Amino acid sequence: MTASTMMNTAQMEAVAARHPHLVEGSSRKRIRSALFFAGLALYMVYSWWFFSIGQVLANANWGIAGTYLADWVSYEVRPDIRIADDGTMQVVYPRYSPLGPDAEPEWVRIETRMMERTVEAPVATQQQAPKESSSFSFMAPNAAVGGAAPAEVKPETRTEEVVSRATIAFNPTTSIDVAEGQVTAEHRGETLRIDLDRANGVQPVGDLPAWASQKRPGEKITLSFGMTGWADVDVEKISIHNRFPGWANFIFDTQSPFFGKSFGEVAGLVLGGERLDPDRSNLSLAWNNILYNSEWQHLDVWTKLLQTIVMAFVGTLFASVVAFPLSFLAARNITRNGLLNQATKRFFDFLRSVDMLIWALFFTRAFGPGPLAGMSAIFFTDTGTLGKLYSEALENIDDKQREGVKSVGAAPLAVQRFGVMPQVLPVFASQALYFWESNTRSATIIGAVGAGGIGLKLWEAMRTNSDWENVCYMVILILIVVFLFDGISNLLRSRLMGQKTH
Amino acid sequence: MAVSVLRYPILLQAITMNMNRLGDGFSEKGALIERHFQELAGRRRLYTWLGLAVLFLALTGSLWFANETNAGKFFDRLPHFFDFVGDLVPRDGAEIGRALFDLPSPYDDGSLKYDYPEGRLYLTDTIYVPEYVYKMLETLNIAIFSTIFGLAFGFLLSFLAARNLMPNPWVRGPVRRLMELLRAFPEVVIAGFFLAILSLGPIPAIIAVSVHTVGALGKLFFEVVENADMRPDEGLKAAGGNWFERVWFGIVPQVMPNFMSYFLLRLEINVRASTIIGAVGGGGIGEPLRLSISQGHEAKTLAIVLLLLSTIIAVDQFSAWLRRRLVGDQAFQLAQ
Repeated sequence: MTASTMMNTAQMEAVAARHPHLVEGSSRKRIRSALFFAGLALYMVYSWWFFSIGQVLANANWGIAGTYLADWVSYEVRPDIRIADDGTMQVVYPRYSPLGPDAEPEWVRIETRMMERTVEAPVATQQQAPKESSSFSFMAPNAAVGGAAPAEVKPETRTEEVVSRATIAFNPTTSIDVAEGQVTAEHRGETLRIDLDRANGVQPVGDLPAWASQKRPGEKITLSFGMTGWADVDVEKISIHNRFPGWANFIFDTQSPFFGKSFGEVAGLVLGGERLDPDRSNLSLAWNNILYNSEWQHLDVWTKLLQTIVMAFVGTLFASVVAFPLSFLAARNITRNGLLNQATKRFFDFLRSVDMLIWALFFTRAFGPGPLAGMSAIFFTDTGTLGKLYSEALENIDDKQREGVKSVGAAPLAVQRFGVMPQVLPVFASQALYFWESNTRSATIIGAVGAGGIGLKLWEAMRTNSDWENVCYMVILILIVVFLFDGISNLLRSRLMGQKTH
Repeated sequence: MAVSVLRYPILLQAITMNMNRLGDGFSEKGALIERHFQELAGRRRLYTWLGLAVLFLALTGSLWFANETNAGKFFDRLPHFFDFVGDLVPRDGAEIGRALFDLPSPYDDGSLKYDYPEGRLYLTDTIYVPEYVYKMLETLNIAIFSTIFGLAFGFLLSFLAARNLMPNPWVRGPVRRLMELLRAFPEVVIAGFFLAILSLGPIPAIIAVSVHTVGALGKLFFEVVENADMRPDEGLKAAGGNWFERVWFGIVPQVMPNFMSYFLLRLEINVRASTIIGAVGGGGIGEPLRLSISQGHEAKTLAIVLLLLSTIIAVDQFSAWLRRRLVGDQAFQLAQ
C-alpha cells in the first residue's frame, strides 16, 4: 500500500470518534469470529486428546504401510531356500506362487551336484560351515564346492541330486548368494557376508550395513532392498521376497492352459489352434478362464460392481417416483391441509433420519445379503430426502402460472399439470440425477455391512491384508464408474436446467 | 413467433388447449405455424416415450438381476420380513430404557442379550456414562472433527481451484482433479487401509470421513468463490494488495457465511457417514448396532436406533437453525 492511502493513528481515532457505530460493529464481529475459530481450535485439541490421536499415530506400524501400498501395484515372488542339517539346500516355492507350479525363473540360479546323504540325518552330525576369508565373488562360476559332505554316513544313505548353491539376482546391483552355509548379500556396491552356524545362529561378518538389521545376536537378519524386495536370513531357511511391478496373472491364472503364453500364442490358439479342451472351442475356454481367474475373480467383481450400480439406480428411481406424489401432499401451497402437510413432512423426516445404515442392516436381516437390501435402504432413505427437497421446491414456485391456468377454468389436476409441473420438473429430475450419482458412491459403503454390491468384496479383500492389488483393481473400477456417472449426470442436468450447473 | 412461444412451455400448452377447442379455423400462415408446432410437439412426445421405455427396460433388467443375485428371493422373503419386524419387539417396553441407560434387567440370564450394565463407563465410583451414549458421543466427535478438518483444508484448496483467483490452469487443474479424487475415492477403502496400519479404533474412520469431506467441501467452496463479487478484489488490487491480502480482505468476508452454511450441511451428512463407517470397522455407535441387529438383541437394537434417531434429528434441527441465522432462507435453496 502506498503512503497516501494510509491513515495515521490520529486520523483513525478521529474517524472512530466521528462514526463510533462503524468501529463498534466491526470489532464486535471480529471478536465473535475470533472466538468462534478459537472454539474450533480448542475443540480440535480436545479431540486430539479424546481419540488419543498422537499416541495412535506414533504407535502405528508405518513400515507395513509402505509394503501395503507397494502391494497395490506390484507383486512378490517368494521362494524359500531351505537348508538341511547336512548343508544341502532346496529351493521351494509356495503353493500358490504367481509363477505357477514348476517355475524356474532366470533370476534364481541353482547349482546342483550328486551327493550321498542320509534320509534321517541325526542331530549330532551337524556340520560346521567352512569359513572363507578370501575375497568372494558371488557370480564366480565354480566357487569352492566340496568339503560339505556329511561327517557321518549311515547305512540308509542314498545318492541324489541336491542344490549346492543358489544365487538370487534381484537386480544388477542387488543379489544374494547362498553356498556352504554362508550367505553373501550385495546391495548398491556394499557386500555383507553372513555365516549360518547351527550352534551360534546367524553371525554377520563385520558390521551390518544400513539395509540389514538384526534384533538380537544369533537371530535372523532381515535384508531390505526397498522396492526391489527383501529377505529374511535364518539358519534353516532364507525367505526371499522379490518384488516385481505390475499385477501378476491378471488375465490367466496359473491353472489355465493359456498361462505363460504370449499374446501372439494365445491369439493363435484362439483363432485357429488345436482344441485344448475337446469339449469346447479355445475361445470359450479362454473366456471362461478369464472370467473364473482364481486370483482376480473378474466375473465376481464385475457382478458385484453391477449390483452396486443397480442398487443406486433402482433405489433412486423408486425413491423419486414415490417422493413425487407425496411431495404434493407435503407442500403447503398445493395441499391446503396443515395436518396432512405436517404428517407427510414428519414422515419424510423419519425416513431420512433413520440412517441409511439402519435401513441397510434391517433389510439385510430381512432379505438376506444382496442388492435387494441395499436397494431398499437407498429407496427408503432417499424417499425422505427427495420428498423434502421436492416439497421445498414446490413451496418456492411462482404462483402466477398456476393462477393463470386456474383462471381459464382448468380442472385441479390440469392446474398441477400445466401450472406447476413445467416449473418443477427440471428441478426434480436434476435432484434425482444428483442423488443417483451420489448414491453410486454410498452404495459402496453400505455394501460392506452386507447390503450387496462391491463393498463387501472390497472389505473381504482388505481383511486378509494380502490382496491389496485386488483392492486397487476394484477401486479403479469404482472410480471409473463414479466419474462416468458424474459426467452423465452433470450433462443431463445441465441440459435439463438449460445452463451449466457445474 | 413460433420459436418464442416454444421457449415457454406454459404458453405452448395453453395455446394447444385453446387450439383444440377452436378447431382448424386458421389462416394459411396460421396453418403453417400450427403444422410446424404439431411436428415439434410430436417429436418431443416421441422422445419422452422413448426415454420412458428405455428407463422401464433398464428398471426391469435391474430388478431381475438384483433378485437373481440376492441371497434370498424377494417374494420368498417377503413373509419373513414381517416376522423380522415382529422379532424386534422386546419383552417389555421398559427394556429399551434399561438397555439405553445400562440398568440391570430383570430377565438377566447371564447371556449377552441382557448384560446391559456391562458396558458402563464409570467416571467416578457411582457416576457412569451409559455405553451407547458414550459410543454416540464418539460418533458425533468423529463427525465434528472430520468436518472441521475438511473445512480447514477445503478452505485452503478452494482459493487455488477458483477460476477468478487462480488464473493459472496448471495450478487450478491439478487442485480440482485432486479434490475430485478425494471425493470419489471409496471411504471404505481408506478406512480399511488405515485399520490395517493403525490399531482398531475411531481414527481410521476419522481419516476416511475427513478425506472425503476435504474433497466435497472444497468443490462447494470453490463454486462459492467463483460466484463472489469481484469488486472488493479489484479495489484491493488497485491499492496494491498482494494475493493473500486480496483473498483475505476481499473474498473471505463475503464467502464466509456460505462456507459456514455448507460446513453445517456437511456436518449433518458426516454424522450419518461416520455411523456407517463405524459399522464397517471403525469406532462409534455403528458397530454395536450392527452386532445387536445380527445377534437379534431387540432391546439393544431399539435403544441404539432411538438414540441415533434423536441425535440425527437434533443435529439437523440445530444446523438448520444456525444456517437460517447465517445466510437466511437462501440456505434452503442451495440444497442441491
